[in-house]
Amino acid sequence: MEIQWPIREPSTRMRYVQARGDMLRAEKSRRRPHPPLLRCSKLCQCIKLIPLPTAASRPMPRMSADSTIEDFAVRFTDVRLSYDGRAVLSDIDLVVPRGSITAVLGPSGSGKSTLLAALTGELVPAAGTVQVFGKPVPQRQRDLLEMRKGLGVLLQGNGLLTDLTAGENIALPLRTHTRLPAPLIDRLVEMKLNAVGLRAVIDAFPRELSGGQARRVALARALALDPPLMIYDEPLSGLDPIAAAVIMSLISGLNHSLGLTSIIVSHHVRETLPVCDRAVVIANGSIVFSGAPAELEASTDPLVRQFLDGKPDGPIAFDTASRATFSRARVSGRQAA
Amino acid sequence: MAFADNIIEPIRSLGRAGLFSLSVLRASKPTADFFAELLREIYKIGARSLPIIAVGGAFVGLSVTLLGYRALETYGASNQISALVGLGLYRELAPVLTALLFIGRAGSSIAAELGLMRATDQITALGLMAIDPIGKAVAPRFWAAVLSVPLLTALFCSFGISASYLEAVHVIGIDAGTFWQVLQDAVDFRSDYLIAFQKAAVFGGTAALVASYVGYHAEPTIEGTSIATTRAVVNASLLVLMFNFVLSALLFR
Repeated sequence: MEIQWPIREPSTRMRYVQARGDMLRAEKSRRRPHPPLLRCSKLCQCIKLIPLPTAASRPMPRMSADSTIEDFAVRFTDVRLSYDGRAVLSDIDLVVPRGSITAVLGPSGSGKSTLLAALTGELVPAAGTVQVFGKPVPQRQRDLLEMRKGLGVLLQGNGLLTDLTAGENIALPLRTHTRLPAPLIDRLVEMKLNAVGLRAVIDAFPRELSGGQARRVALARALALDPPLMIYDEPLSGLDPIAAAVIMSLISGLNHSLGLTSIIVSHHVRETLPVCDRAVVIANGSIVFSGAPAELEASTDPLVRQFLDGKPDGPIAFDTASRATFSRARVSGRQAA
Repeated sequence: MAFADNIIEPIRSLGRAGLFSLSVLRASKPTADFFAELLREIYKIGARSLPIIAVGGAFVGLSVTLLGYRALETYGASNQISALVGLGLYRELAPVLTALLFIGRAGSSIAAELGLMRATDQITALGLMAIDPIGKAVAPRFWAAVLSVPLLTALFCSFGISASYLEAVHVIGIDAGTFWQVLQDAVDFRSDYLIAFQKAAVFGGTAALVASYVGYHAEPTIEGTSIATTRAVVNASLLVLMFNFVLSALLFR
């Protein structure tokens, strides 16, 4: 069975949705970050409370006129990203408000993954600055590792270690970065797996999981250290519509119940737009749209329209002769050397 | 231009490999996790190489005995067969052949594993979880090779000598007492046996470093992994043969 969803009947689900609304209101009134363990117990409470994404049930992110720099989880200022001297993206100005879900959309090869690489510090920008929670992304390896403890990244290929079970995969960051006793780590791992509705697979190896299950285990692992910022790189690629809906509802549910900030990089417009608060479209080497999802739908920009409507002909070149590709292997190889 | 590239590029990759080796040493921290990984790797690349090393050692012992007997018999010195087999095995054959068999058995698997970890985003994921991929994936393999190749060499020697004993005493007809006495007189524990151990440790480390370097930096594709495996075996074997000459020239007198 692909879905081990705790929600079984509509009446139960409605109760959960209401309970979740109460909890969110309580949380919003407090509005301060929880220490990891507290957050975990909250996580445990809200496990059953993750509804399917609906625009109405979603609280709006805090975006008021008195927003200061602290309200931004991520800020790109005049960033130019190039690989081997060839510009992949230029003039990138982007702010991601705290608590929001921002979708970075764009056709394949438009430089979405390159943008993420600059955010995680894998790629150093050729110009401009990238700030995460008010601090620039460090370049020294040690500082970079320190910064990444506050990032949860769900990779397109999941990146689960194949010689470890699902439970051990999730325990890995906890064992490496905390000094918690083993029984507590076991308990936390159970909670994380429960949060994605997969406690039954704790002893399964990644090869024994279906695509959707593996993606959810990877999501649980990315959440292991309770990072305030979650990054999803193509979270829907290779998933069937049901698994995709499950992942999207998890992303939106976790973001709002745990008070995270999420960035979703995807080319699945129809699935991503309903859950996000802000959308950014990248095409032809720069940002061509930035705003609310409704504005995106209503946009008349030919670049945006071509992408949204999936037209082969238009201002976005479908088949360019050659492009500067960004390869994680080559970049991290260069770092290691 | 092309000429300069041909000179500079190998030097540059040599430098990269050197820095990679340093980062492996720097990333080796004696944590509980590290020792757990180390044990698993010793089992995987050391213990599971036992059969091939034992069989290899026995056949090398047999053929060196036969070769030595034919040569020594001409001078009526066939009693000295165990000295020839012993010195030949301990000083040169055992460390080198163990290392070569180890490269074929374990070096290729190290390169393939790391190449696949790269191709399936596992190395990227480790880095993004703020876990040093070199410390987690490479360092335990390196130390496992440094520790297990000397032990495998010892096993190679004992199987080689035992096979030689069987052939020399029970087939050729040399006196058993003479066989052991000559061996004991010719082979010195410190200057032959321990040096073989040291050579083997160097070869094991070299094999693991070369294999993990090419595997770690493989292109994240199927071809990339297969190229890395081939390159690991070829480069590591050549380096081991070269280092063997250098070490023999330096250590034995």
